[in-house]
Amino acid sequence: MAGYLILTIIAFSLIAFWIGRSAGNKFVADAQGTTVHSLPGYHGAFVAVWVGLPALVLLLLWLVFQDNVIDSLLLSSLPQSEIAGLTPAQLNLVMTEIKTVASGTIFGEPAPHIMQGAETLTRWRGIAGWAMVATSVCLMLLMLFFTRSRLSARFRARNQFEAVISGLMIFCSVAAILTTIGIIVSLLYESYAFFQLVPPHEFFFGLNWEPQIAIREDQVAGAGAFGAVPVFYGTLVIATLAMAVATPIGLFTAIYLAEYASERFRNIVKPILEILAGVPTVVYGFFAVLTVAPAIREAGTLMGLATSPNSALAAGGVMGIMIIPFISSLSDDAIRAVPRSMSDGSLAMGATRAETITRVLLPAALPGIMGGILLALSRAIGETMIVVMAAGLIATMTINPLDSVTTVTVQIVTLLIGDTAFDSPKTLAAFALGLVLFFVTLCLNVVALRIVQKYREQYE
Amino acid sequence: MSEQIKVKMRGENVCVHYGEKQALFDVNLDIGTNQVTSLIGPSGCGKSTFLRCLNRMNDTIDICRVTGDLTLDGQNIYDRAIDVVELRARVGMVFQKPNPFPKSIYENVAYGPRIHGLTRDKTEMDEVVENSLKRAGIWEEVKDRLDQPGTGLSGGQQQRLCIARAIATKPEVLLMDEPCSALDPIATAIIEELIDELRENFTIAIVTHSMQQAARVSQKTAFFHLGKLIEEGDTEEIFTNPQNKKTQDYITGRIG
Ligand SMILES: Nc1ncnc2c1ncn2[C@@H]1O[C@H](COP(=O)(O)OP(=O)(O)OP(=O)(O)O)[C@@H](O)[C@H]1O
Ligand SMILES: [Mg+2]
Repeated sequence: MAGYLILTIIAFSLIAFWIGRSAGNKFVADAQGTTVHSLPGYHGAFVAVWVGLPALVLLLLWLVFQDNVIDSLLLSSLPQSEIAGLTPAQLNLVMTEIKTVASGTIFGEPAPHIMQGAETLTRWRGIAGWAMVATSVCLMLLMLFFTRSRLSARFRARNQFEAVISGLMIFCSVAAILTTIGIIVSLLYESYAFFQLVPPHEFFFGLNWEPQIAIREDQVAGAGAFGAVPVFYGTLVIATLAMAVATPIGLFTAIYLAEYASERFRNIVKPILEILAGVPTVVYGFFAVLTVAPAIREAGTLMGLATSPNSALAAGGVMGIMIIPFISSLSDDAIRAVPRSMSDGSLAMGATRAETITRVLLPAALPGIMGGILLALSRAIGETMIVVMAAGLIATMTINPLDSVTTVTVQIVTLLIGDTAFDSPKTLAAFALGLVLFFVTLCLNVVALRIVQKYREQYE
Repeated sequence: MSEQIKVKMRGENVCVHYGEKQALFDVNLDIGTNQVTSLIGPSGCGKSTFLRCLNRMNDTIDICRVTGDLTLDGQNIYDRAIDVVELRARVGMVFQKPNPFPKSIYENVAYGPRIHGLTRDKTEMDEVVENSLKRAGIWEEVKDRLDQPGTGLSGGQQQRLCIARAIATKPEVLLMDEPCSALDPIATAIIEELIDELRENFTIAIVTHSMQQAARVSQKTAFFHLGKLIEEGDTEEIFTNPQNKKTQDYITGRIG
């Protein structure tokens, strides 16, 4: 029903557009002395928008509320003798049964009041559907009549139409912002609950992370400790390793691509490099576990070093490979965005190519390069899959890259997997970790944006 | 040109192609030592192109191809034995469009002396910077803001900064591509004075669109038209008694 109605609305809007435009055309044809304010197309668009949009909104609202309204009506129409004394959960069951019966799936022999309820439901749904169509069509006709009557030669159809469009755009951006705010609020709310159970100073300064506490009375588990320092420390270690791999490789790649490579070579290599960022992280994960980690372990054993099977080095190194393109692509763009006349000026002074790159191009491109590096860093901090698979779960305070470490994201995953209760500190800790992580990446992004802005100013 | 003038740079049968398009046709031109040679001609006739051949800046353009002989002190500058970096240190250039580095004013001028190791300590560098800025006639305007970015200067100030930058390296030959295009008459006069003064020690080639300027500063003038060198000779000769009809038309303002 709703599908047909949407088609009807579109058809009505088209008709409305045509009517509005014809009116506009007529104003233009009749214009004597007075000039027509807007082009005929705007008259059409104005009418169409005001016919289609309200009907669409009505349709959406109707669909959202129809089921609730019918449900409550149905509930009150059920015979009191059958539902007296039922708990809400049981009532819910009754309603579900009625709905399944109404949709045609009948198990066994339903009770008569269920059958009757299903019949009523089907009937009411039919009525509601037709009522929806009737109201929408009435609304559209009304709007058509009303907007058409407003059209005149001096009517500012263009401004009116553009106002509606800008309203739509505001609505869209507000929707995105509201989502973000919603996420932050829920994070804050849950974190607040967590800090009621675990004092903040323990979370922020505690050196012991053992979140596996008992959820039910009969479970055997540790007392639980929520010192987040080792977890953040692990993230720091992994991110540092990743950046240590990605920054030099990415930067040198960028310099080579921008300054030395031929145009053809660059056009082939750059997209291939960018594929690196598009490989699913799970694939990197098992590459790290199955190929890199054993190789590191073997090499470590050969040199007589104790190597954990899950080493930070494997995870950090593979993550570094993954984020190379962030650095190389953005730095390449930044270097190439430096005006040609800069390097010409330097070369003409008798500077070598290397001097030109290090003294003129890199400093001039630095903001763009920093932007790339920060982007790569926030990606490294937020990355989960590779670390889950390759780095381990135990929170240790170590700078030995051959040891296993754990990161914030991994802990969030493990805290929310398996037996969870939403009021235990174990689960709530995930939100606190998430909040801090969110805050850190937010700061990084703000810094990155700032730098990029400064960079824009320089060449405009 | 009188006989005792030594030839500093010489171009013989210089042809330049940008891809398929030929921009210079068999140009033969000498640049005399301690002289100012001005290149004049209508826009797009190949003046900048010829200038860029003299310090091989055309190498940086992929599609550009240079043929013919170009020599500096009798040595072919397109020879394999020539180090292009050293050549450009000897033959400096001021570009048509000012291109200060996005560094401080001080660092812009110190750039050349620094990469060539021309100074031993900070005081010496300060001296070179101050001296260069003074000679380019911009010292008074920037002496209080040497640490501010050179890109923040006005167009004409940038142009003078670029001149200061070029002379700080102390090249033997200085190529100037319309160095006064954005300057007011006073700054222009300062630059012209500078050119005259530099002539004592350097050799200068200057591209200009101003006939008066060419007449004022140069001893020799070369007139280009559509990629061909139409006429060259003593500036006085060219301006008072041009041999070619096109030259006459150009300097009297009928073409261009
Ligand atoms: N990088 C380039 N690529 C292709 N063609 C070029 C390039 N640079 C110059 N040309 C061409 O070579 C010809 C000569 O250009 P050139 O810059 O030498 O002119 P010009 O005499 O300096 O002109 P103006 O007085 O306007 O500066 C022009 O026709 C121009 O289109
Ligand atoms: Mg030019």
